Amino acid sequence: MPKRTDIHSVLIIGAGPIIIGQACEFDYSGTQACKALREEGYRVILVNSNPATIMTDPEFADRTYIEPITPLAVEKILVRELEEMRRMGVPVDAPGDGSTPGKLVLLPTLGGQTALNTAMALHRTGVLQRLGVEMIGAKADAIQRGEDRETFKQLMIQIGLDVPISGTAHTFEEARGVAERIGRYPLIIRPGFTLGGTGGGIAYNRDEFEEIARRGLDLSPVSEILIEESLLGWKEYEMEVMRDVADNCVIICSIENFDPMGVHTGDSITVAPIQTLTDKEFQIMRDASFAVIRAVGVETGGSNIQFSVNPENGRMIVIEMNPRVSRSSALASKATGFPIAKIAAKLAVGYRLDEIRNDITRETPASFEPTIDYVVTKIPRFAFEKFPQADPTLTTQMKSVGEAMAIGRTFKESLQKCLRSLEIGRSGLGGDGKPWRVGTDVYGDREILPNDIISRKLSVPNAERIFFIRHAFRAGFSADQIFHLTKIDPWFLDQIRELVEFEEELAASAPTIAA
Amino acid sequence: MKAILALEDGTVFHGTGFGAAATAAGEVCFNTSITGYQEILTDPSYKGQIVTMTYPLIGNYGINRQDSESWRPHVSGLVIRELASVVSSWRAEQNLSSYLQEYGIPGIQGIDTRALTRRLRVRGSLVGVISTAAIDPSQAVEQAKAWGGMAGRDYVSEVTHQNAFVWDEHDLESAEFGLARDHQTPNPRHVRHPLPTADIPIVAYDFGMKYNILRRLRQKGFRVQVVPAHTPAAEALKYKPAGIFLSNGPGDPGALPGIVREVRSLVDTGIPIFGICLGHQLLGQAFGAKTFKLKFGHRGGNQPVKDYETGRVEITAQNHGFAVDPDQLPPEVSVNRRNLNDQTVEGLRHRTKPIFCVQYHPEAAPGPHDSTPLFDEFRTLIEGRG
Repeated sequence: MPKRTDIHSVLIIGAGPIIIGQACEFDYSGTQACKALREEGYRVILVNSNPATIMTDPEFADRTYIEPITPLAVEKILVRELEEMRRMGVPVDAPGDGSTPGKLVLLPTLGGQTALNTAMALHRTGVLQRLGVEMIGAKADAIQRGEDRETFKQLMIQIGLDVPISGTAHTFEEARGVAERIGRYPLIIRPGFTLGGTGGGIAYNRDEFEEIARRGLDLSPVSEILIEESLLGWKEYEMEVMRDVADNCVIICSIENFDPMGVHTGDSITVAPIQTLTDKEFQIMRDASFAVIRAVGVETGGSNIQFSVNPENGRMIVIEMNPRVSRSSALASKATGFPIAKIAAKLAVGYRLDEIRNDITRETPASFEPTIDYVVTKIPRFAFEKFPQADPTLTTQMKSVGEAMAIGRTFKESLQKCLRSLEIGRSGLGGDGKPWRVGTDVYGDREILPNDIISRKLSVPNAERIFFIRHAFRAGFSADQIFHLTKIDPWFLDQIRELVEFEEELAASAPTIAA
Repeated sequence: MKAILALEDGTVFHGTGFGAAATAAGEVCFNTSITGYQEILTDPSYKGQIVTMTYPLIGNYGINRQDSESWRPHVSGLVIRELASVVSSWRAEQNLSSYLQEYGIPGIQGIDTRALTRRLRVRGSLVGVISTAAIDPSQAVEQAKAWGGMAGRDYVSEVTHQNAFVWDEHDLESAEFGLARDHQTPNPRHVRHPLPTADIPIVAYDFGMKYNILRRLRQKGFRVQVVPAHTPAAEALKYKPAGIFLSNGPGDPGALPGIVREVRSLVDTGIPIFGICLGHQLLGQAFGAKTFKLKFGHRGGNQPVKDYETGRVEITAQNHGFAVDPDQLPPEVSVNRRNLNDQTVEGLRHRTKPIFCVQYHPEAAPGPHDSTPLFDEFRTLIEGRG
């Protein structure tokens, strides 16, 4: 199908200010979208409150609004632009037969969560319907299905995919029953209707469970707790999927998290492509990704789908999906050379994947799955030194302020390059002659750190954990011990062991320099 | 263990050996799949070839019993950038090196596989020799030159089963691979989906058939009688099959005139026929077309194929060095699928007879499952004839 001819103007919502959890990746995707849509001859209108973005440079849109990204501001812009289109003689109010460009449409999937939320608010209040403005890329009901946790979970069960086992309880006896049915610790307990979920927690054994369950039932004004199996320590994966209007689906990039479940993906070291799944398992995940994007109903464009895998038996669980271009999309684009945002914009106006040219080969179409002969590593950059009050433990809430990405022919090469790119003063995992600071203590680069410090730094996810894997190997910890403390996949740990081994080899062969 | 890879054009790569200590020659080809090395090694279509994986990190998840595509690995040798020194998978039973060693196959790692692949793309396929023996590089180059090439070689006779047999009569091998659905599954290795009744008898010609084709056929309710490659058509028809399947296989399709004759007889009977890969090339020849050698072949799991009947694009698994030249196809045969990368023929359909075939691998293993419905299509084709 060629591009839609009924569209005259496209409003793109940017992501607004750069905050933790939403950085310049959405400037990248928005800029790509502006360029792609103007290339197709559409009039592009942009709203973004952040003038320090590239997309707000005058040449990227036909009209740029530096306004707050709020439903009210965007509504005013839509009204104003419809007036403007009428003034230009565009048949905005004529029903049209689809051949005359007369429509103003809204593309909400390229500006991160801010853009999506704003568009959804305009939909819920009926503004879009009243003004006759269509959402392209993803429709409101699809966004709703993808974003609402409970709706999403029920949908996954309907299409036969696995989700965490859970149950609600109103009495202590019921709670015990649910725990027995799940049959495994740790368990997550969430009291219903308490502010910010107070009174919940993770129970690692029966005693803890009974205590937290009792407390939760007491604290919940409706005496209700949700009990769910915990996926802490499981392997975590991501798939970047694209779909076109003819239902062609492709995987652009697969990503494996170095840090297991429990650390926010934005705070995790991530690696593309997936390293520790067989083809059979990978293809099941690929099929599941397509099933998810189809069930949620994202008609065109990209989505990011997250999975968790039990390392002991391969059980695969769908965690969540982002029905939009996400943080990982920017990484996946750079990692594979497939411009996700640009292609997503073209798919949103009706093109099919096989009608778009592959920018790298220039000869073949975009309907293919990139394959790579290298490894890409992304490492988050933290700035806890600037936030002395912040707890540096990594959890499910994102704390990193940026990231570095590196490409190498081996994981070891990409990891070392990436650590160096963080600009935290290290040349890699260590062995660069620079000291290590742990709290107020300072250790020499090749000094062996005390075991208790190493164990503590390994067992609680933190910004420096990767370096403590080196310290641990150097202090004589076995790979098995490190695995039990971190739950980081043994394959990754062995890669670090090889780096440490090589460091030792280098150190041993260094000529003794007379002092 | 030091090892070398010498090419017939005089290029020599130095690396480290793994697997068996041996010297082996073959056509050097490259596969761009990121996962699936075990399936690739055990695919009989790779007979006579030294496979280079373009993805640099190989061996990460080891070897397991479920993922083999035949009874043993068939490659002459394996060339990779880096072999994993530990294996990480709940299904792993062995590591890659010991597996290759068991079957006497040499591997070489520490090779700049990107440079090698670029050379193969520019020069076309080349013969190479992997050796872990302390032989002189120039001697290895001479050995590569002396080996000849793939053209004209009949490897099918070497990899076909020698006797006819019924596939998986007791339904132990064919259920689709599945994952555990809870942590209580006693042995997650044996999570299997149930199978339908095997109610359609077919004969499958084995030219070096991948097991996943047989598994897929069984999953779709076919009762599969496997026959050796050189079985005469009349012999195959004695089983009273409702349809004939023609499998994948190794080597030059132009070197099998005897088999082409038998396929032509089968075509003439009007019986439903489905062919994959070599089976497609044999059907092409039976229809009157010729096959030709591609410069560097299609081997990988990301090849886009357009189905002109539906307009859809399938991402397909491919492994072929030869293709059907459509020029001499008769008007009653249509080219219904093409590769979007180079426009070569990927599928044929007979306009009046119930016959269709594809150049790629709908059974995947390794590769995407986009084309699995082709097995259903075969069933529909047979059922449609009553």
